[in-house]
Amino acid sequence: MWSFILKRLVQGVITVWFIATATFFAMHNVPGDPLLNDRAMTAAIRANVEAKYGLDKPISEQYVIYLGNLVQGDFGISFTQENREVNDIIREHFPVSATLGILAVLFAAAGGVLWGALTALYRNRMPDYVIMFFVILGISVPSFVIAAVSQLMLVGVNSALGATLLPVAGWGTLSHMLLPALVLGLGTMAYLTRLMRSSMLEVIGSDYVRTAKAKGLPAARIFTKHQLRNAILPVITVLGPSIAAITTGGFVVELVFAIPGLGRYFVQAVQQLDYTVIMGTTVFYGAFLVFMVIVVDVLYGFIDPRVRMQ
Amino acid sequence: MSGTIKPVLSDDNFTRSAGKQLGLYALLALGILAGLMTLLSFLASGSGGGTSGGAIDIENNSITITLRQEPPQLDSGRSTDAASFGVLGHVMEGLLSYDRAGQLIPGVAERWEIREDGATFWLRDNAFWSDGKPVTAHDFVFAWRRVVDPATGSQYAFITYPIKNAEAITNGDLPIQTLGVSAANDKQLEVIFEQATPYFDKLVAFITFLPAREDFFESTNGRYAADADMLLYNGPYLLTEWVHGASMRWTKNPYYWNDEKGFLDEINVAYITTDVNAKLNLFKDAQIADTDLVAPMLPEAMERRWHIDRFMDGTVFFLEFNHREGRITKNKNFRRALQLAQDPSELVYKVLKEAAYIPAESLFPSWIQGAGDLFRKQHPPIKHQMNIEKAREHLELARRELGFDTWPPIVLLTGDTPVSTLSAEYYQELFKRNLGLEVRIDLQTFKQRLAKMTSGEFDIVLSGWGPDYDDALTFGDLFSSWNLNNRGRYDSAEMDGYVRIAQSELDPVKRMQAFAEIQRLSYEDVVVLPMYERGWSFVVDPRLDGLIRRTVGPEVDYTYASIKK
Repeated sequence: MWSFILKRLVQGVITVWFIATATFFAMHNVPGDPLLNDRAMTAAIRANVEAKYGLDKPISEQYVIYLGNLVQGDFGISFTQENREVNDIIREHFPVSATLGILAVLFAAAGGVLWGALTALYRNRMPDYVIMFFVILGISVPSFVIAAVSQLMLVGVNSALGATLLPVAGWGTLSHMLLPALVLGLGTMAYLTRLMRSSMLEVIGSDYVRTAKAKGLPAARIFTKHQLRNAILPVITVLGPSIAAITTGGFVVELVFAIPGLGRYFVQAVQQLDYTVIMGTTVFYGAFLVFMVIVVDVLYGFIDPRVRMQ
Repeated sequence: MSGTIKPVLSDDNFTRSAGKQLGLYALLALGILAGLMTLLSFLASGSGGGTSGGAIDIENNSITITLRQEPPQLDSGRSTDAASFGVLGHVMEGLLSYDRAGQLIPGVAERWEIREDGATFWLRDNAFWSDGKPVTAHDFVFAWRRVVDPATGSQYAFITYPIKNAEAITNGDLPIQTLGVSAANDKQLEVIFEQATPYFDKLVAFITFLPAREDFFESTNGRYAADADMLLYNGPYLLTEWVHGASMRWTKNPYYWNDEKGFLDEINVAYITTDVNAKLNLFKDAQIADTDLVAPMLPEAMERRWHIDRFMDGTVFFLEFNHREGRITKNKNFRRALQLAQDPSELVYKVLKEAAYIPAESLFPSWIQGAGDLFRKQHPPIKHQMNIEKAREHLELARRELGFDTWPPIVLLTGDTPVSTLSAEYYQELFKRNLGLEVRIDLQTFKQRLAKMTSGEFDIVLSGWGPDYDDALTFGDLFSSWNLNNRGRYDSAEMDGYVRIAQSELDPVKRMQAFAEIQRLSYEDVVVLPMYERGWSFVVDPRLDGLIRRTVGPEVDYTYASIKK
């Protein structure tokens, strides 16, 4: 087990290094100029600004400096937020995105497993049709539509009640998180529901379930031990990447609900070619994704001993 | 041997008891989720945003507002963006500031004098920093020297170039001590000009000329203005709280001298978002005091009988030609043909349909002041008449001059905002219909559009210009051959001559005549095709009085705002 974890960790480090290098060179080759602004700069002013960010050095030297700083965990200072370190930006805004993301994943996982099991149990009957209709809806409608519509509905509910049931936007308390987290998790929940349903159906028709029934085991026990536990494995597999995807992909939801998460900085940095923030957030998110995949691999070993054996 | 055979589970029975089990799990999951959420909310409370008491809090004499964007930082020496200007306009004050109607009024300077060779500003005794110490002339000397210091890397350093030696210092040719600004004593600031600068009073109301105190600046160790406690304030409000990306709190400044400003005890910036729909929803929910309205929102706003206001933000948008050698658009007949084939009012009223936009008639927007009256009234621009017949004649002339058999496609460079894509598509269709020209739209992000404009990779570009200061020169010098913002590289000795007069002529009437000539030339020589002047529709909570939307200065100005009693 330990050698397995170690091997995955080394692979992870190499992956992150690769991400960092690819991002660095891709970013420098993207057309456009990070220092260009509405007001044109004279050559002298431009040279002053370039020197400040080390952009006057050749690109290979910039890369070496950059990697050196990366190893020390220093991403440098943002181009657009001139007095803020990228480390500060990540430290201040990632917890917000993570909180929202974890909550969304919890909603998605709990909802996905429960709805999936339900549809499988009542397959080709009313609950199945109704839930699957919403699942298709959840998968096909993009999150910015769901976010905007749900916010609008909330305004309607609030004005109908004459009081604020839930805040329309903002961040800080539990009530602020509820709606954005639900919206953010909805797509994943729909996806997991489908996954759980098909996996459950496969298990239901399997030999060992029939055997269990024939032995006369109580229904609840068959359902929990034989069906749910086996059917849930594929869901766990996709859960890790989902956590990373949700946590990093909350940009639209963060924008609509005015949430100070990292997603906003991630997207804005690319638009504004803020080199240091692009590098910092990409490497950070990359490392996070790699880490989550490793965690899932390890977790898998605990849930399904067959994996550990190999 | 006797016994009962257990009945094999029927499907229905199995489903029923499994369903029960599932229901139990659902309850369990809900319980766990509720517990986890409570835990998470405890963890997240530290990184939280502003909790607000609604749009208007009469009890605490405070209001809640949104910002479109977070200021990157608040160092006035390096700020370049509207978000920073908007905040700094509330928490800082320069030598001069603006009254409700947008006229210059005394700020830190009590009175001032502008001569041909320089200017003197006498500072008031009751202007204080937020730590209680007086604002002195030395604070301005220090701040302005910082702006021109090459080590600062200020992008707006060019705006100080009327001051003696400013340009040479930025270029690294002279030490910063040689800048033509000095403190005769604590309360008297002396400025020496590089050349006569009759509009210097308007210039110093700009953000780059705000003061900074040296001892405080040094104490911040390079983190000046990065956080609320890393800046000293001298404006009507103090920045007492700044949670990055989330919220700000502006509190009334007890040291501020002017009783005519700062009536609210607190302004709570609880949300930072560019999403206009989210802002509208917050406004409907009575969480914020004002919001912008875009065209699709207007019917609902009228249905709700809101009092819709509008204002011009000062920016003029135009089609800018590439005047570089070898470009088709270098040909004047070609440019004239395009000019005659279009009419901006069709774009504004039939295509864009933004209620607050007006068709642009000139390079100089309608609000620019002349000598004593509006510039537009004193020097009306040439009346434009669309004439497709004549347009085709000019196109034919151009075709012969350039020796083309058929026209190659024209590249129209544009940004990626909805309004500019819509405008670009309109012109593409218009020039095809009226002139038979093939227009290829080159849609680019903001930075990439600028890069292509700077390197000249376009025939026509959809561009715009907003004012830095309240003087016609902020538009007037745009197409001088030395202006770096003249990205189409228009180069004419006649234009340069008028710009020089406009820069340094001391007689206001003669100076305005020079601007009138610039206006005429930009039409007759078809330097640009004006499109529209941008405006915004907005709505303010009826309980709030005195909110000002400005053309020059902070775009949304709450310094004169108060709650109706």
